[in-house]
Order: sequence, then C-alpha cells, then structure tokens
Amino acid sequence: MIPELGQTALLLALAVALIQGTLPLLGAARGHEAWMRLARPAAQAQCALVTLAFVLLAGSFVRNDFSLLYVALHSNTSLPLAYRLAGVWGGHEGSLLLWLTMLCGWMLALAHFSRQIPLPVLARTLAVMGWIAAGFLLFMLATSNPFERLVPVPPDGNDLNPLLQDPGMVIHPPLLYMGYVGFSVAFAFAVAALIGGDLGTQWARWMRPWTSAAWSFLTLGILLGSAWAYSVLGWGGWWFWDPVENASFMPWLAGTALIHSLAVTEKRGAFKSWTVLLAIVAFSLSLLGTFLVRSGVLSSVHAFATDPKRGLFILVFLVVVIGGSLLLYAWRAPKLGLGARFDAVSRESMLLLNNVLFVVAMASVLLGTLYPLLLDALGLGKISVGPPYFDAVFVPLMAPVAFLMGVGPLARWKRAELPAIALRLRWAAAVSVVAALGAGWLAGRITVAASLGLWMSAWIAASIATDLWQRLGPANPAPPRARLRALPRPVLGMLLAHLGVAAFAFGVSMVKTYETERDVQMMVGDSTEVAGHVFTLQGLQRVAGPNYDAVQALIAVTREARPVTLLRPEKRVYRVQGTPMTEAAIDHGLTRDLYVSLGEPLAGGAWIVRVYCKPFVNWIWGGCLMMALGGALAASDRRYRAKQPRTAATADAHALPDAACGTVHIAGAAP
Amino acid sequence: MTRWRFALPLLLFGLLVLALARGLRLDPHEVPSPLIDKPAPPFALARLDDAARTMRRDDLLGKVWVLNVWASWCEACREEQPSLLVFARSAGVPLIGLNYKDTRAQGSAWLERFGNPFDASLFDATGQVGIDFGVYGVPETFVIDKRGLIRLKLVGPLTAEAIETRIRPLLKALDV
Repeated sequence: MIPELGQTALLLALAVALIQGTLPLLGAARGHEAWMRLARPAAQAQCALVTLAFVLLAGSFVRNDFSLLYVALHSNTSLPLAYRLAGVWGGHEGSLLLWLTMLCGWMLALAHFSRQIPLPVLARTLAVMGWIAAGFLLFMLATSNPFERLVPVPPDGNDLNPLLQDPGMVIHPPLLYMGYVGFSVAFAFAVAALIGGDLGTQWARWMRPWTSAAWSFLTLGILLGSAWAYSVLGWGGWWFWDPVENASFMPWLAGTALIHSLAVTEKRGAFKSWTVLLAIVAFSLSLLGTFLVRSGVLSSVHAFATDPKRGLFILVFLVVVIGGSLLLYAWRAPKLGLGARFDAVSRESMLLLNNVLFVVAMASVLLGTLYPLLLDALGLGKISVGPPYFDAVFVPLMAPVAFLMGVGPLARWKRAELPAIALRLRWAAAVSVVAALGAGWLAGRITVAASLGLWMSAWIAASIATDLWQRLGPANPAPPRARLRALPRPVLGMLLAHLGVAAFAFGVSMVKTYETERDVQMMVGDSTEVAGHVFTLQGLQRVAGPNYDAVQALIAVTREARPVTLLRPEKRVYRVQGTPMTEAAIDHGLTRDLYVSLGEPLAGGAWIVRVYCKPFVNWIWGGCLMMALGGALAASDRRYRAKQPRTAATADAHALPDAACGTVHIAGAAP
Repeated sequence: MTRWRFALPLLLFGLLVLALARGLRLDPHEVPSPLIDKPAPPFALARLDDAARTMRRDDLLGKVWVLNVWASWCEACREEQPSLLVFARSAGVPLIGLNYKDTRAQGSAWLERFGNPFDASLFDATGQVGIDFGVYGVPETFVIDKRGLIRLKLVGPLTAEAIETRIRPLLKALDV
C-alpha cells in the first residue's frame, strides 16, 4: 500500500510540476497576474508531494520492507538504522529521489524568500525550476522507479554497499546534491532573465545569495567526499581525479567563476551576458555530472550496471535543458548590453582574468574526464588520463589565481594604478617569500614545488592581513568596534573564503612534500618508526560488528618514549556481500595525522601494515570548511533580502550591498 | 558577426552531445581489440598457487584455450564466477586465469571463497602481462587458438548467454 502511495505522490508531483512550468510562464508573458501567482502555491504543493514520497521510501527502509525491489537491493535487517536511512540514497533510484527532494527544497526556499523580487521574474524563475523537476520526475517514473515491487518477497536484503557504510557517506550525498541542485536557482534566474529579456542591476543581486549558498553546500559535499576517501580507501590519498570526483569538481569551478563574475555584474553592471552564460554552464555541469555518473558511460566496464535506456533519457534531457538554454542565450544575450566600461588595470579586469582561469581549469577537467570517452567514440581505442595530466594542467593555472587573489581585493573598480597596488602590497610580498622559505627550512627541505605552494598560501594570507589593516587599521577614523561592525558580511565572507584557500594550499603543499610513509611486515611485538613516532603492534583481535566481522590490530604509538595514542585499524568483511574493507585508524592533529591501515595477512600471523605521518593534512579540509563558511556568511547578508523599491539608478549610486568591494572608492563606483 | 559569438557555446555543446550519444551506443562489452587475429603476447608467469612453477605462452601452443582476467578487488568478477564455474565443467579446453594486479594471499582467498573454475591461474602482480594483452578493465576474456592467435575478446562479466552464443560456437569451430 505504502509504495503505491509513494508512486501516486510522484505522479501528482509531475502534474503539479507541469502546471508550475506552464501557467506562470504564460501569465508572465501576457501580464495575467492570477496565473503568475500560481507559481508559489504550485511550488509548495510539489514540495509537499515529493517530500511525502521521500519520507515513504525512508519509512520502507526503516521497516525493512523488502517487498520493494530498491529496499531489498540496498538494505539488510542487520544494517544499523543510520545506514538504513543512508540506503535511501545508496542506489540510483533513491539518489534521484533525493536530487528531486533537494530541488523542491530550493524551490520552496525561493518561493519563501522572494518578497523583494517582482512577480513576473519570480513566476518565470519558478516555472523554469518546474520544468527541471518535471524532467526528473519523468525520468524516475519512466526508467528508475524507486517504488517498484519485488515478488516474491525475499527474507532479507542484499545489504548496502560496504563502501557507503561510513558516517561521512551518510551526509556526503545530500550535501553534494544540495550544491548541485542549488545551482538550478541561478540557472532558473538566468533563463528567466533571458526569457524576459530584462537584466537590470537588481537581477545580479537576487541571484547572488542563492549562488553563494549553493556553492557553500557543494564545497562541503566535496570536502566530505574527500575526507571519506581518505579514511575509507586506506591509502591515505584525499583526491584521486576519478570521473565521479571530477563530476562534482567541474560545477564547483564554474560556480566559483560565477560567484566572482556576479560580483562585477552587481557592482558595475558589466559581464552581464558572461554571468548568464556561467549560470547556465554551472548547472549544466551538474546535470552532466549526473549523466556521467548515472548513465554508466564513463565507468562502463567496472562498477555500474549499464542501462542504455537510462543513459538515453538523460542525454535527451541534457539536450533539451542545456541545448534549449544555450539556444535561448544565442538568441537573446546579444541584447543584454555590455555594461560599464573599465580599464585594463582595474578590479574588473582582474576578476575577468580570474574567470578566464577558472573556466580554462574547468574545461581542462572536462577534457580530461571526457577525453577517454571521445577517443572511444571516434574509434581510437580506450585510454585513461590520470593524475599526471591533471597535476600538470592544474598547478600552472592555480598559481596565477593565487597571485590575483592577493591583488584583486585591493584594486579599485573601474581603474586602478599598478604602482599604488605594488606599494600597498610590498610588505605582503616580502613576508610571504620569507614565510615560504622559512616553512620549508623548518620542515627540513626546500623544494621548488613546495616553496611555490607555501608562497601562494603565505601571499594570500599576507594580502588579506594588508587588506584588513587598511580597512580596520588606524587609517580608519571610526572607533575600532564600529570599524569591525561596518565590515559588510559579504566582504567578511570573501576574506574568510580566501583565507580558506590559503589554509588549503598550505595543507596540500605540506602533505605532498613532507609526508612520510612506510609499508612494513609486522608480527605482534614488532615496532617501526615513522617521523619520530614509534608504532608497536601490541596485539590482534577478532571483532564482530553489527553486520561485519573484523580483525582489529592494536597499535601503540609513542614519541620519545611517551605514549601518544592507541590506534585500532581494522580489516572488515561484510557478511552479506562478502566484501572486504579496510578501516584505517587515524590520530588527527592540527599539525599532523598519524594514519595506520592494515594491508594483507601473511603466513605465520604477520600483517602488512601501512603507516603514514601526514603533516598538516587536516588543513586541507579546514580550508574547505572556511571556504564554505565564507560562502554562507556572504549569502546571509540581510541586505539581500530587504525589499528595495528603488530604481536601478539610485541603487547603483548607493552601491549596496558592498560584497567583495574595497573600502576604497565606493563613491567612484557610480557610473 | 558579434551575434555569432553568442552561439558558440551552443555549438560546442552540440559537439559534446554527438560524442556522448556515440558513447552511449558503444556497447562497453563489445570492444574491438587490435589484437584480434594477432599472436597472443609472450609471457612467462608464476602460477598463483605455486610460485615455483612458471607457465609460458608457448606451453599452450597446439591447444585452444581460454584466458580470463580476474582480480580479488574486482566486483564484477564475482558476478561472472557462477557462469564460469558452469562453463569450466564442460568447456573441454584449458581455462586459464590471469590474476591481475593482485596479491597472492588475496587472490587465493578469493578463489577459495567464490570457487575456482581455472585449470591454473597466472599471477600478474605488476599487471605487465595484462597490459600486453591490452586489458582495459577487469574482467576480460580471451579465446586463443592452436597457433597462439587471439580470436575473441570479451570485456566485462561473462554471462551464460555470451558463453553459449560467442564462446562455445567459436570453440567448436576451432577444435575441428
């Protein structure tokens, strides 16, 4: 009964989505207000229906209802409750339902926090989102129904993929999808603007907080995925450039470019058509990611079952959504106009350069991900480009980004003077070089790659300090507390996110260059030394988990004869699927992680044990967290939500809210 | 002229779609190998179960044989194992495994758990022989004839259907 209810809810949601996609759009075209007003309640109704379906599916997981094929394939009675819930998005069909639920969540939020947006714009935007929802609902109902029945009902389920049985994996997909789907809001705004043909300066302001919020979620999602790979895969890596990771990284790069180009569009009215294009690209890449991961095109031979019907549907959907919006863009964008002019040296030009770099980076990841597929399609055989390609392409692109990150925020809008900027940043430049070399010297070895990375990190941090000093230092006549409070949240958010990049670059450079690792054979009682720490295998024991059996090693770590910690790495075998899994044991620290994972058992009771000391590895995720918080801080600015009945011209003169804008020259920003 | 600039993204996307559509239609199980009708690459590998015994390509000359590439870390290999076990009982030709990029301990344990259809498994820890054979992913299956030429290559887990429609008819044709 309950699955049928869920399916009915999805069918009704499809009907509502079609109404939401058509009537408000027609209403906006004909000035029919009642039809436009339908957009909000339609979004709410759709959200209720989809959420109901989601809750019903989750309920079936909780109750171990194996009469549902999807539950039987991804759950098991001995699976702990948290993982049974995670099972809801542990497979293809449920992931889609999660995707859709998130989309509805964003729609609901947009319907709620949109008092300041004129009705026609809102109607068009929600209509576009309605079409996206309709497409996904059709996809689910036609090819991937999570509520399919299974006859006869099996006594127990097939269990959740053990790789996914990890706390990080429980929240990683929802956060990632929040980010992916969040870009649909920016996309809908862009397409609505193209349909309406009107791109006032307000437009960028409406779009900005949504984009920042989606970007924050995506950052968190990628962070968790990376942390999961680090702790579960057992080889201590944190990024593997595999197609599934790249699928989440490409929208992130496009989204980062979008955030920066939006700043210019909002402040200066420039880059309009470019911003629209980036909004389309960011969401298109989210869809493409879904296609690549779900259709089995990329990982065909290995993990996923190939279902050509699904792949074809997503491809057609991609063509309609992306092709349609790009067609609209080709038709309408030429009318959008160029916006305010700027000099070759100005904050605009630097942000433009930033955009170019990010788009090139995104394109090279896309190329590296699709290249094997393209060669294959052309009949030239299958190859794979691995980390060597990406490392070679990425570092040269990110070095100038880091340099600009220091200079850009200090440059004036419209026209900046290079000598003046150089003068203001001379201390930052000197300090960063000394700090980079000093850190290398302290770590024991100075290499070119590490020095470059450390310099980037120090340069960003030092220029942020310079920026803050000029904003808050004695040059500012206001009392200190007022100065701090006068700092707009978007500016704080930007500084925090940039500082996060500095922390990230520092962590990456330290780990890449100075990590030490050792593979050793150990019997009980044996010791090995890594980076001044002595690891002693004290014992082995069998442990039974709720749905797995494991061998657990007890490894005591001492430093200069003082105990540091006791690590318990495990080798698990999940009972239902018989899959072996490595569970690394990690002693986290601010300055280093001690990482131990069990390799293979050898004859005579010995084990291969992998021991790593990873300096500052947590700074990588700490940096990502700061970026995400920075995005959230920027999105939370109250001024984005305030009703602003002013005309575009007066809004420009006030130049509020002051996101990513220096204290310098607010007056000069008026055209 | 400037108007066309705005159509450029659409154009690029069109090209991408063409490639993706082509990619979808390619059956990942049906990969034409440049090695078909070419001699199997020479190899000399230790057996998985006995490091002291080496097998060479030329030991098998004069026989039709089937090579199956597998690994303990390969999820899809588990899928094809039942059909391989059935096939092994009635194949009438040597079924040789190539244990690809694995460790001895894990490979042997895996065979114990999921069943061993192979007359022998070669132990290819570095994956060098797999690369010589042009292995894209595991599992893959090759049929090699009496003269040592590769006659068939199948990518992905073997299904009972593939065995009946592709492998058995070929074996029949080759054995005559």
